[in-house]
Amino acid sequence: MNHAETNQREPVIRVQNLTKRFGSQPVLQGITLDIHHGEIMVVMGGSGCGKSTFLRHLIGSIAPDNGNIYLFGRDITTLSEDALTEIRKRFGILFQSGALINSLTVGENVALPLREHTQLDATTIEIMVKIKLELVGLREHADKMPAQLSGGMKKRAGLARAIALDPQILFYDEPSAGLDPVTSAQIDQLIIALTRKLDVTSVVVTHEMDSAFTIADRMCMLDKGVVLKIGSRSEFQRLREAAADELKDENEQLIRQFLRGDADGPITRRKERSDYEEDLMMVQTRADA
Amino acid sequence: MRSTSDGENDKTITWPVRWLAGLGGVILRTSRRSLGALGGMQLLLTETAHQTLTGCLPGGKRLSRGALFFQMVRVGVRAIPIVILVELALGMILPLQTYPKLDEFGQAEQIATINSIAAFRELGALMTAIVLSGFAGASIAAELGTMVTAEEIEAMEAMALKPVRFLVVPRMIATVIMMVLLTVIADVVMVFGGYLTGLRLGVDGQVYYQLTREAVNVAGFITGLVKAGVFGVLIGLISCYLGLNVKPWEGSEGVGRATTNTVVYCIVAIIGADAVFTVIFYAYGLFN
Repeated sequence: MNHAETNQREPVIRVQNLTKRFGSQPVLQGITLDIHHGEIMVVMGGSGCGKSTFLRHLIGSIAPDNGNIYLFGRDITTLSEDALTEIRKRFGILFQSGALINSLTVGENVALPLREHTQLDATTIEIMVKIKLELVGLREHADKMPAQLSGGMKKRAGLARAIALDPQILFYDEPSAGLDPVTSAQIDQLIIALTRKLDVTSVVVTHEMDSAFTIADRMCMLDKGVVLKIGSRSEFQRLREAAADELKDENEQLIRQFLRGDADGPITRRKERSDYEEDLMMVQTRADA
Repeated sequence: MRSTSDGENDKTITWPVRWLAGLGGVILRTSRRSLGALGGMQLLLTETAHQTLTGCLPGGKRLSRGALFFQMVRVGVRAIPIVILVELALGMILPLQTYPKLDEFGQAEQIATINSIAAFRELGALMTAIVLSGFAGASIAAELGTMVTAEEIEAMEAMALKPVRFLVVPRMIATVIMMVLLTVIADVVMVFGGYLTGLRLGVDGQVYYQLTREAVNVAGFITGLVKAGVFGVLIGLISCYLGLNVKPWEGSEGVGRATTNTVVYCIVAIIGADAVFTVIFYAYGLFN
């Protein structure tokens, strides 16, 4: 994929110096990231690196402590609730569990945003629902309840709902979490197909490396609330395939370990460099006192 | 706890201080949490009222009738048999308890007066509210709590759908309407229960009916229904608030806690509100 031309344009999503702490715990420490039209940006990182929090900032469900988030050129951190509602109609999100409304059928779930946010009549909505469900391959399951669907089907139904309003941005929260390899690969293909067919910008948060390398145009690695590296898929591919002693930079070594899923490396060594002995001594000191 | 004590003396002086400080901390935290919850509920109530009004106004976003009907069935219709059972039993118990004393004064038929006043002004609404706290309140809290943990609420917000309009408004309206309707049923059933006991105790049916007619006035009936409506608001408000305030990461434990708390808070709030209302109605002479 060549996005050289599109990169010149105004980015669809621009994040500047985003910081957030929960209590005394810093979660995001100055994230800056541009995402361009039509690309699939994969945001990766280990558990607790802040990637889910980052996504929740992008969709406006958490307000940052500092920094700006521009969607379509508008800073959503300063928008009123009503203006944010308008922005929200222009993006779709697929949650980890699909997040279908369990009291509605699959078809009704997809119809919900159309019913609420458009003036379309019932027949048109029905046709739209069929189109969206066909895109994700679930048309024949429209009348089922979410509880009757498998994990992969729930995600596809969630995806159909996310694209109901023809959004310009699609967010995916861990699209392959909890799926078997085949279903996960199908979802990956669906993400690529939808991004190309519907000409949307996709932001995928994941820690599944195989999936990430399948779908990504560009990738962004987060660690402890900081961006370690932003780059094209091939740049990351190079890091992944590099030999351990080839990389001088500690961050690159860290990324390499993450990409390869190695048990040994700077990430795990970091944890060993803890205050283990000190902690043990503490117990003794307290017992003496 | 990590600070080490310098000696025995220090320890003996500090323990009452520490104990007091601990107690103070608990009181402070509890009151702050309750104030936070009250504030949150007030916000939710205002937002619900706002959404209901704009939903009713022409040009405003319409509210779903289907959802309201569904909630009314779920909240109220299934509770009818239980309400009837409870009120029938109460209507039979109260006359039985008061009969011996009244009979001593030769006023046995006054069980009708006592029973009907109790039913219309007090027990009809109160017992229905307590039944509904367990029946509807707990199920609403559990349902909304589960929706939070399943990311459904967050998904709604991300789709620019307002959970208050979608979920809280129909549940709140349904609870209020069904509270009032069920209370009417409860009133009648309780009087009927007293009637059955009265027959058994030898009170003439005609007399019982006559005394009931005399004892119940419009004011008594209406005040009972007003109370019922307020209880309905309380049940809807508390259950929706606690359900929506489950945190996504709390999982089923959070849902369980919300459910239990809903029943407890509802009953406390209902009885508290009942006391306040009774005093107000009494002071304004509505009970003469």
